[in-house]
Amino acid sequence: MIKTDVIIIGAGPVGLFAVHQLGIKGLDSIVIDNLDKAGGQCIELYPDKPIYDIPAVPECTGEELTNSLLKQIKPFNTKFFYNERVDEVNQDKDVWIVKTNNKNSFSAPNIIIAGGVGSFEPRKLALKDAEKFEGKSIFYAVKDKNFFKNKNIAIFGGGDSALDWTLELSKFSKINLIHRRNEFRGAPHTLSEIKKLEKDGKISIKTPCQLESIEGDENIKSITIKYDDGKTEKIKADTILSFFGLIMKLGPIAEWGLNMNKKTIAVNSENFETNKKGIFAAGDICSYPGKLKLILSGFHEVALASVECFKRARPNEKYRFEFTTSSKNIQERLGKK
Amino acid sequence: MTKITYKDFQGNSKTIEVENGLSVMEGAIQNDIPGIDADCGGSMACATCHVYVEEKWFNKITKAEDAEVDMIDMAHEPKKNSRLSCQLIVSDALDGLVVTTPEKQS
Repeated sequence: MIKTDVIIIGAGPVGLFAVHQLGIKGLDSIVIDNLDKAGGQCIELYPDKPIYDIPAVPECTGEELTNSLLKQIKPFNTKFFYNERVDEVNQDKDVWIVKTNNKNSFSAPNIIIAGGVGSFEPRKLALKDAEKFEGKSIFYAVKDKNFFKNKNIAIFGGGDSALDWTLELSKFSKINLIHRRNEFRGAPHTLSEIKKLEKDGKISIKTPCQLESIEGDENIKSITIKYDDGKTEKIKADTILSFFGLIMKLGPIAEWGLNMNKKTIAVNSENFETNKKGIFAAGDICSYPGKLKLILSGFHEVALASVECFKRARPNEKYRFEFTTSSKNIQERLGKK
Repeated sequence: MTKITYKDFQGNSKTIEVENGLSVMEGAIQNDIPGIDADCGGSMACATCHVYVEEKWFNKITKAEDAEVDMIDMAHEPKKNSRLSCQLIVSDALDGLVVTTPEKQS
């Protein structure tokens, strides 16, 4: 069991800035995120798209914003627990106990939920039959590429992941690349390599078509695809890789006894506490009258929540508001003095 | 105010008046129309406000930009008349628009 002052759920921009606001007040925190790195939606959905509404930053990408925030919180040496999803939140007297799907457990008087729209999961194939093959012969990511050696693989998708894995796996497997329209979206270099492989007969490209059915009992024997003009074609395949991006699922958060408002958590707009004392929600996942889903709103929300976190984590100390420009305490915590 | 009709995959339909300037997605969310999730809040980053636009309307409205078409690739069962409803801005020209929501969004 790891003890800390505040457990932050979500390593997006709001979760990262929470570390800062708590850190300058002398509070310890840890961060848990289901993804394998920090950044949340900024990294997963729009790493290269410019953001224009961060105060005093005229333009930056999601990736730049994430890196700047990580730099800003570096002095606090915060521990991050990636690839872990919080499954359970339970109360034990004055502290909250948090358990993850990776069997880690944490205890703290405060939790800040900065979970965006929930945890990211791959978007699955629409076909109902796909479920029974999942994890055996249908995959939504490549964890170990050796597994995909000497196979007959049908790759679905038209973006970078589908193209990159087609290139890589075509070195030792037979590939059918299947996409719903004729245009692919990828780096020019990748696109020309794909075209060359097709010309040399190393891969087959099937467009514009979609998956119609999967044949096989224990293992996949073949798949049938349907073209836009209604024609169907049966293709030999033993493995399917599907790359249709990520979706966001609220997941276990809905079961923690918090007052919910559709897919968001209801909070008060004074300290962003939920209906449970010591559990706060900030960023896209919280709702209150007038809420805007902006990164800057999330920054404000964690700044205010951190004050209440201080009061709960240090009940015998008096909270004193301080400026970073003049407070020796803060400057020490930032390693400036 | 512009009349927009939202149909679900089973054919149930609801016609509501949406303020000009809002998106077809916002019209649905504000009026509790089921079938549109809009997880990303309208930043064209999630494809969970996916709708099918009635054929005669599909050809009339402004074409989708590249980024929207790319995102539609990720949607649940995209078709030729697929659009992201967050990108359809309501105006007098859309009066009478009919959109159908897919069986599910993710």
